[in-house]
Amino acid sequence: MKIVTCVNHVPDTEAKIKIASDGKSVDTSGLNFILSPYDEIAVEQGLRLKEKFGGEVVAVSVGPDANKETLRKALAMGADKAVLIKTNNLCDSFVVAEALKNYLKEINPDIVLFGKQSIDYDNAQVPSLVAEMLNLPSVTTVVKMDFENNQIICEREIEGGHEKVVSQLPIIISVQKGLCEPRYPTLKGIMASKSKPIEEKNYNLPEHKVEIVALRLPPSKSAGKIVGTDVSAVKELVRLLHEEAKVI
Amino acid sequence: MKILAFAEQREGKFKKTAYEVVTAAIELSNQLGAEVFALVIGKNVSGIASDIGGFGVNRVIAVDRDDLEYYSTTAYTKIVAEIASREKAEVLLFAASQMGKDLAPRVAIKLDAGLASDCTALKVENGNIVATRPIFAGKIISDVIIKSNIKVFTLRPNVFTAGSNNGQKAQVENVTINLSEGDFIARVVETKVGVGRPDVTEASIIVSGGRGMKAPENFKLIEELADVLGAGVGASRAAVDAGWRPHDEQVGQTGKTVSPNLYIACGISGAIQHLAGMSSSKCIVAINKDKDAPIFQIADYGIVGDALEILPELTKEIKMILGK
Ligand SMILES: Cc1cc2nc3c(=O)[nH]c(=O)nc-3n(C[C@H](O)[C@H](O)[C@H](O)COP(=O)(O)OP(=O)(O)OC[C@H]3O[C@@H](n4cnc5c(N)ncnc54)[C@H](O)[C@@H]3O)c2cc1C
Ligand SMILES: Cc1cc2nc3c(=O)[nH]c(=O)nc-3n(C[C@H](O)[C@H](O)[C@H](O)COP(=O)(O)OP(=O)(O)OC[C@H]3O[C@@H](n4cnc5c(N)ncnc54)[C@H](O)[C@@H]3O)c2cc1C
Repeated sequence: MKIVTCVNHVPDTEAKIKIASDGKSVDTSGLNFILSPYDEIAVEQGLRLKEKFGGEVVAVSVGPDANKETLRKALAMGADKAVLIKTNNLCDSFVVAEALKNYLKEINPDIVLFGKQSIDYDNAQVPSLVAEMLNLPSVTTVVKMDFENNQIICEREIEGGHEKVVSQLPIIISVQKGLCEPRYPTLKGIMASKSKPIEEKNYNLPEHKVEIVALRLPPSKSAGKIVGTDVSAVKELVRLLHEEAKVI
Repeated sequence: MKILAFAEQREGKFKKTAYEVVTAAIELSNQLGAEVFALVIGKNVSGIASDIGGFGVNRVIAVDRDDLEYYSTTAYTKIVAEIASREKAEVLLFAASQMGKDLAPRVAIKLDAGLASDCTALKVENGNIVATRPIFAGKIISDVIIKSNIKVFTLRPNVFTAGSNNGQKAQVENVTINLSEGDFIARVVETKVGVGRPDVTEASIIVSGGRGMKAPENFKLIEELADVLGAGVGASRAAVDAGWRPHDEQVGQTGKTVSPNLYIACGISGAIQHLAGMSSSKCIVAINKDKDAPIFQIADYGIVGDALEILPELTKEIKMILGK
C-alpha cells in the first residue's frame, strides 16, 4: 500500500502566541514547534497500515525549511521518507492544498492521511480541498478504519454519533482523536531518522484567496465571583444563574 | 447579488444551526442589498422545507431524493455547486458542523471560491465581507477577507443567534439534479446515534468533568445534572485519557471547541489547552477544591469545594427552580 501522511509544523499547545508588529501575522520567535497532534495520529495510522499491508509511508509537509524538524519527527516515528514542498510566499489553505495536489498527482498513493485540523489556523479544510482537486472520495474526522474486499470502511464522527462510510481506494482521509494512540519514537527510530532522506519539491503555486487583514487578542475575561466554599453556596449560585446571568 | 444559505437537516428535521445560518444570511443580505435563498437537501424534505420561512427567508430550493437518505459528500457537493451556479450565488453560508465542514471545502473548489471556516462574526466594511475567525484555538482572533468572486463561509454553531420563528412559510421550489452511481463513491451505509444527549458542539449548556471527579462512576453526578438541564456532557483530556469518558466528549485544543450559554466545569483545573476549547462560553461556572485553580480566572461564578458533594445539591436545586 502506498501511504502518504500530510504533516504540519505548528507552535506547541502551551505556546503564548504573540502578534507581530504588522498587526496581521504571528511573531514566531521563541516559539517551540511540534508535529500537529492530529497529524501525529495520521502518521501512526499510516504506520499501522504499512505493518498490516506492507508498502511505504511518506510524510509530506508544505512550508519553509523549518518544517524539516517536523518531518524528522515523522521519520523518527517510522515513516520511510519525507518530502518538503517549499513555499516562501503567503499561503492559505488553498495554496497548501494546491501544493499537496501537485505532489500527490506525481506519486498516485492508495491512501492519503491528514489530521482533521491543523492546530494553528484551525481551518479543517485542507483534506477536503485536496480531495476535490484530485476528484477523489474523502472521509473526514475518521475514528475507526477497516478494510474488506478491497474496500475501506470508516466511521466518522457526527454530532451525537457516527456515520459508517464505505468506499473504494484511492481515498483521502482526515483522522480524529480516538482512531489510534500515536507511538513515541524509539531511540533507534530517532537515530535512523537522521539518515533518512528529505526530498525537496518546488511547484508554481497560485495566489492565496483568503487574506488575513488583522489579528487581535480575544477580549480578556476577569475572574468572576466566588459564591462560596461549600454546599451551602449552591442556593445562591442557582439564584445567580437564574436571575443575574439568566442562563437557566 | 444572491446568498445561498445551506439549511442542514438530518432525518427530516432541521438542525438548530440551519436557523442560525439562515438568520445570518438575512442579516448579511440587509447590509449587502442581496437576495437570500435557502437550500435543503435530503429524502422527504419537501414537507419541512417551507418551515424555514419562519426565519425570514421567502424562497427555498429543495432537492428531495430517496437516495439522499444519508449525507453523501460527493453527491451533496455536486448538488450545492450546481444550484449555486444556476442561481449565480456569490455568497454561500454553511454551519461549521460535521456536515458543513465536510462539504464546504469541496463546494468551494468546484466554484473556484475562497473559504473562511468556523467564523464567529461576519460584517460588511467598504463593500467587503470581513469574517472573524478564532485561530490557535481562540488564543488569537483573525479578521479575514476572501478575494475570489464567490465566497464561502462556515459559521461556528451556537455563536450566531437564530431569529425567532414567526411561523411564515417560504415558497418551495423542488429542483431535480441528475446524479449517477459515481456521485456516491464514498457511501454512508449507516448512522449510529448515541444516547440522545446533545453533542457538546451543539449543546447550549455543557456540564463537564475532569480528573477531580476521581472515578468514572462519579460522572453519574455530571450526567444527572446534564439531564435535568437538557445539557451535553463534556470532559477534560485527563478524564478521556484515563478511559473514564469517550473521546468525542473531550473539550479543548485537541478536542471540541464549544461556545455554550453555560459551561459548568467540575474538577477541572483549567489547563491552557482546556481553556482554549471553552473560554468563549457565555457563562462559566467552576467547581473546584483548589481556590488557586486557573479555571477560576475565567469563571463567572465559582464554588471552592468538593464537586462530589456539590453536584447532587446543585441538581436538586436546579430541578426545583425548573419545576421538575
Ligand atoms: C507566514 C504565514 C502566512 C500565512 N498567511 C495566510 C493567509 O494569508 N491567509 C490564510 O488564510 N492563511 C494564512 N496562513 C495560514 C496557513 O495557510 C495555514 O497554516 C495553512 O492554511 C494550514 O492550516 P489550516 O488551518 O488551513 O489547515 P487544516 O485545514 O486545519 O489542516 C488539516 C490537515 O491538513 C494537513 N496540512 C495542513 N497544513 C499543512 C502543511 N503546511 N503541510 C502539510 N500538511 C498540511 C494536515 O494533515 C492537517 O492536519 C499563513 C501561515 C503562515 C505561517
Ligand atoms: C498536546 C496537548 C494537547 C492537549 N489537549 C487538551 C484538550 O484538548 N483538552 C484538555 O482538557 N486538556 C488537554 N491537554 C491536557 C492539559 O494540559 C491538562 O493536562 C488537562 O486538561 C488536565 O485535566 P483536568 O483539569 O481534568 O486534571 P487536573 O489538571 O489534574 O485537574 C484536576 C482538578 O480537579 C480538582 N479537584 C480534585 N478533586 C476535586 C474534588 N473532589 N472536587 C472538585 N475539584 C477537585 C483539583 O484541584 C484540580 O484543579 C493537552 C495537553 C497537551 C500536551
